[in-house]
Amino acid sequence: MKYIEPHGHMVSRTTDDYEKLALSGCEALCEPAFWAGYDRSSADGFYDYFRQLTEYEPRRAAKYGIKHFCWLCINPKEADDPGFAREVMSLIPQFIDKPTVLGIGEIGLNKNTKSELQIFEEHVQIALDYDVPILIHTPHLEDKLKGTKLIVDSLANFSKIDRSKVIIDHVEEHTISHVLDQGYWAGMTLYPESKCSPNRAIDMLEIYGSERLWLNSACDWGHSDPLSVPKCALEMKRRKHSAEDIEKILFENPKKFLSQSPRFVL
Amino acid sequence: MPSKKDLLDLQFIDARHKLIEVAAFLDRIDRHPGEPDYRIEALKKTLPILLEERPDRAKAVLEALSDHSTELAETAPFQGAFGAPLAKS
Repeated sequence: MKYIEPHGHMVSRTTDDYEKLALSGCEALCEPAFWAGYDRSSADGFYDYFRQLTEYEPRRAAKYGIKHFCWLCINPKEADDPGFAREVMSLIPQFIDKPTVLGIGEIGLNKNTKSELQIFEEHVQIALDYDVPILIHTPHLEDKLKGTKLIVDSLANFSKIDRSKVIIDHVEEHTISHVLDQGYWAGMTLYPESKCSPNRAIDMLEIYGSERLWLNSACDWGHSDPLSVPKCALEMKRRKHSAEDIEKILFENPKKFLSQSPRFVL
Repeated sequence: MPSKKDLLDLQFIDARHKLIEVAAFLDRIDRHPGEPDYRIEALKKTLPILLEERPDRAKAVLEALSDHSTELAETAPFQGAFGAPLAKS
């Protein structure tokens, strides 16, 4: 079985994880820029991080036959200081044309603040200016529903946005229809405790269909599992989903969305 | 598509296990000292949803554990989330 991991924070993972991903059939992995588990002390920290995403990780992944792509931004957890956020965003033009950069992400909201929303909208404008796809993070736990509504409302103000080039990630049962009904793609993240379990994600596939949906592990430095996507495939098989349906959600769907960037070539 | 029996054969033990974990968690919280906590109150309010005859219990539980306010915060009071809204929404 081949699959694409469309959302993994490999800078936080070991080389052993790359080997496990490769053994599980992972052909390509996409890494959105995100929080490091702590706040960086300067924009220089992000300059180094963007170099890591665009130079070092593709080489590390290639050793295991995995193609590595990335997305750039300042994450919403560090976007509550707009001055700092804009300093980091000013670095994006230096990196946006690198050969493995797909677009802007994962932008979004964390605690649903005024500054987070302002920086989110400035990121969206950058994506429109460069005509690249957008990957959006929705908040955690009790903040997710409000944040998802705020994000969808905000995007509606961008008249030139192509909704088929926007994926809103980490949807759950209470937010998925807010995203799909407006024509955006939706990502379902498989986490051990928060976000979706494999069975809940499969429930949503059965209820909403598999158009404009993908699965990801969003594995990072926290409690997460880089193999959650192939494990979900096993659960789909146990629930009598066909091999074709499994390949569609694990491979064809992410390939279809990501191929909207001409740099996503397998 | 699997039948009800197929799903029960696959998942009943797991669901039973998770239900007992919730019951034991509530017992554990009751047994230990401390002040009442908004998270336990929020969790208890979701339990009747499980017995409702409706097709979207998971969605309803998630909505019950969500912040339903609409105004933007001036600044982030902290970076994380705790699983239940701090203020009654």
